[in-house]
Amino acid sequence: MSRSPLPYNPKILELFRNPKNLGKMEDATVSAVAGNPACGDMITFYLKIDEKKEIIEKASFESYGCAANIATSSILTEMIKGKTLKEAWQISWKTVVNEVGGLPSVKFHCGILAIGALRRAIRLYYKNKGEKPAWLPEKQTFEEKQALEEEELAKMLAKKMEGFEGKNNV
Amino acid sequence: MKTSYWCTVLVESVEELIKAHRGLEREVYLDIENSSPVPEEILEAMLPYFNEKAYGNPTLTHKPGWEAYEVIIKSAKEIAGFLGAKNPEEINFTPGETEANNLAIIGTAMKKRKEGNKIVISEIEPLSIIHVCEMLEKQGFKTVKIPVDSEGFVNLEKLKEKVDKDAIIASFSAVNNEVGTVQPIREILEITRDKNPDIIFHTDLSDAYGRIPFNVKKIPIDLATISSYKILGPRGIGALYVREGFRLQRIIEGQIGTQRLWPGVENTPAIIGFAKASELAFQNFEQNISHMKRLRDKLIDGILNNINETILNGPVGDKRSPDNVNISFLKCEGEALTIELSLKGVYVSSGSACTRRALQPSHVLVAIGRKFEEAHGSILMKVTRYHTEEDINYVLKVIPEAVARLRKIYGSMGES
Repeated sequence: MSRSPLPYNPKILELFRNPKNLGKMEDATVSAVAGNPACGDMITFYLKIDEKKEIIEKASFESYGCAANIATSSILTEMIKGKTLKEAWQISWKTVVNEVGGLPSVKFHCGILAIGALRRAIRLYYKNKGEKPAWLPEKQTFEEKQALEEEELAKMLAKKMEGFEGKNNV
Repeated sequence: MKTSYWCTVLVESVEELIKAHRGLEREVYLDIENSSPVPEEILEAMLPYFNEKAYGNPTLTHKPGWEAYEVIIKSAKEIAGFLGAKNPEEINFTPGETEANNLAIIGTAMKKRKEGNKIVISEIEPLSIIHVCEMLEKQGFKTVKIPVDSEGFVNLEKLKEKVDKDAIIASFSAVNNEVGTVQPIREILEITRDKNPDIIFHTDLSDAYGRIPFNVKKIPIDLATISSYKILGPRGIGALYVREGFRLQRIIEGQIGTQRLWPGVENTPAIIGFAKASELAFQNFEQNISHMKRLRDKLIDGILNNINETILNGPVGDKRSPDNVNISFLKCEGEALTIELSLKGVYVSSGSACTRRALQPSHVLVAIGRKFEEAHGSILMKVTRYHTEEDINYVLKVIPEAVARLRKIYGSMGES
């Protein structure tokens, strides 16, 4: 529960003030959410995919979270534009963290959640199509698992709270 | 990665962050909870004590030492007067609220460990109480946390139930530091003493001193913490009131000077500043308080009436501390909001988990029943007698803009 100073670098500050590719995409091929407001962190990614070439034509995001969350989501939408789904899948959270110029370790989970949301969208795209390319791993990757874990933890804590409130009211 | 980040990026980043604030129309500092600016008149009172006079060690036999001794006793006398304490020796200066709370709880636990092992506190005590209790639990003590209601008031029925002969200390803040709840301390004290007359009763007055009337003669608690910066004195100084006759155990050892309970060289300029800050807080007390209440309510009403999906945390009116404003903004994460407001010259803090490590929002907001997403979007502000109507007007102009921008980033999530 310690409070760390958060000296966000100029790149993060700029992306926080002027995020790129912000907002819901009406003609998105696929979208996916990771996190939830109870975690204090939630990201939605919208992807417009050229289905023949399997290339991400454009990407946008919506976010609930801190400056690091907004910055990593924003930069990731830029990074994946024009990439094939396979290339986009291969971006790791560490690459995103480096791309925004580094993050304090307490904020690494923002990069992880952004990748988690992107991979969910890609997985969902293939699931909807009923296809599974060979490069798409069977098992959930680290980033996907982390996103899931964060959501489960928040759910668990919320449940605990409900029980707790009940006790107080008796 | 971690090392290089902290060593290289940190300094440059901070410089850039500060530069981003150039050309601000106005600056309004409302984060009195976490630190405060020292007003000119207090600073002026302190300055001579750095190098003109009383710079000696107050226990030594020379003029600068005697001068220091004199002003420290005078300051203690003054503060004792404001608290209603019998004599200045009951005022023990410490480096701050955290240290005074540690001294109160650990010092009492050590002194009375043969009489029992139970420490009774509320769920919403500051971390300098809660974390100390957690540490003592590892040494065989037991913490009993009394729940609070949705406005932060201690559940008195539960209190009656839980205090017994094994309880050696009870600690309840007179005013909650986050949501401003003014506790019925007299009732809490009476119930506690009724169940166990030997219990040592501590109250953290850091958010009460200088803002709500409190007199240790009228409410005879045993120990009370006060903090300097929360009444705009310098940081690095606080005090623990210890009722005459109770010999608290020291928790640090070293050369003992004028402060039996806190060895080491006294911080004379800070003590002077604390006394001056106390004097100013109690001068025109009624007038100061009504000014703060007016600004507080203007700020609360201005936000709740003009921004949707907002919730006031804590009680209203006289049951709320005159300086405290704590509001949750839904669909708006607190840390992002503190940065957005900072870039517009409004300085506040948040109960969001983001600055406290993931998934741990303010324990106070959680205890009063706020959902996590409500706690994550909370902002804490404290007004002082120095703030003006114009300051509040500016804050009321800036907050809706900041919230609107962050809610735009939130976008349509949760709608489908």
